[in-house]
Amino acid sequence: MAHNQDGQDQEVHFVGDSRVKVNEKKLYPKDYSEFPGKTEAFFPNFLLKEWMVAVVVLVGFMGLVMAQEPPLGEQADPTNTSFLPVPDWYFLFLYQLLKFKWASGPFVVVGTVLVPGFIFGGLLLAPWLDRGKERRPMKRPVATGLTLLTLIAIVVLTWEAEDEHQKQLASLPKGDESVEIVDQNDPAYDIYKNNACVNCHGQQLEGLQGPSLRGIGDSYTSKEIIEIMDEGKGEMPAGMFQGTEEEKKQLADWLAKQEAPEGKGEKKSQEHEE
Amino acid sequence: MLKSAYEWIDRRLDITPMWRDLADHEVPEHVNPAHHFSAFIYCFGGLTFFIVVIQILSGMFLTMYYVPDIQNAYKSVDYLQNEIAFGQIVRGMHHWGASVAIVMLFLHTLRVFFTGSYKHPREFNWVVGMLLFFTILGLGFTGYLLPWDNKAYFATKVGIEIAASVPFVGDAIATFLQGGEVVGAQTLARFFALHVFFLPGALLALLGAHFFLIRRQGISGPL
Repeated sequence: MAHNQDGQDQEVHFVGDSRVKVNEKKLYPKDYSEFPGKTEAFFPNFLLKEWMVAVVVLVGFMGLVMAQEPPLGEQADPTNTSFLPVPDWYFLFLYQLLKFKWASGPFVVVGTVLVPGFIFGGLLLAPWLDRGKERRPMKRPVATGLTLLTLIAIVVLTWEAEDEHQKQLASLPKGDESVEIVDQNDPAYDIYKNNACVNCHGQQLEGLQGPSLRGIGDSYTSKEIIEIMDEGKGEMPAGMFQGTEEEKKQLADWLAKQEAPEGKGEKKSQEHEE
Repeated sequence: MLKSAYEWIDRRLDITPMWRDLADHEVPEHVNPAHHFSAFIYCFGGLTFFIVVIQILSGMFLTMYYVPDIQNAYKSVDYLQNEIAFGQIVRGMHHWGASVAIVMLFLHTLRVFFTGSYKHPREFNWVVGMLLFFTILGLGFTGYLLPWDNKAYFATKVGIEIAASVPFVGDAIATFLQGGEVVGAQTLARFFALHVFFLPGALLALLGAHFFLIRRQGISGPL
């Protein structure tokens, strides 16, 4: 409300609506009231309905937040050479793209500039690349088809990157030299020392050419250890254990007992899950 | 009391038309999930904004404890997550909210694309939307480094190496992002500034433009 300029205390009412009058030369769309069906005011009517949708999302979101602790690894150590770098999940497809032979090495410009530039440039300029009046997706097969293809490619690349990362994590050595040997007096320790194991994994399980076996029980069960003894893993050849089946079982059981004390092992396995 | 206070201000500043213009504009039936359940696809934009608001609020609370230097960054995150009341919840909201924001943004982009809403006369709003997309990806990239754990450090190192391999401008981009000889103290300070000041500033300006345009041009009609 405001007052007249003529000095009289009469109030002037403004209409609280600044909708611009339809001017055919301008590109403003028609007023909503000209659309068929039931329109309603933005506030509070429509916003209430949007808020109800938002509440459903919020409940699901807070459920996720409460169920999943946000991950925090070990403090950054630039000298750590064995850490496998991985970007956040929404960059994985770009990361995976750079692993193709035609998009890496001398052709890296394909992976860093051409393909992303093509996708993002195409998206940015979409209104000028697809100028037809038709809006329905089925009536503009080129735009829809290209987008669907890109979507599929992004999903496949993301999945491949994640799969590869999990496999690389699984093939990392699992031992932890800082963990104490569990049950030093077990006869299985002698079986270990009398076999070829000791040459690569060391007298104290500390690891020589092969990785350390301390704390190995946090990562493998005795069954999986027997499998590694039989089939080898990474640099380790198959069939390295020369003793009897019974001794093999005894040794595997003892190795599976090599676990870090409570708490420590848990933290490590969490980091590997990520 | 409240009403008379409002009227006292309104008589002097005439603020009613400003908010009535926003409140009274008509929303058409085809975007209203109360009339057509399938219209929930029109909610993705609003939900993206909702998550962005959550990100801004949770981020403001995180900066009350976070220290952007390489000695203390990790320790401060560890402290706020494990020692502070509700710290884990606030950091969880910011961490998971980042992913949810990307998902919502992606769904909103797909909705706009597949309903052909970016077409004449709304070309410009689509471009603003794509710039918002890039800004939010930038926020994701810079925010990833801030906890300063191994994952953050090495992902950023690889990211900067990839940027450096771009011909002609790559070295300039890498120098701009890294700040120094190695990914280190200067990089962290720089990413913090980008994540907390520069990119949110750009985000708010672009959001303002996005909303101004949609208010001016209206939502596209039914298919």
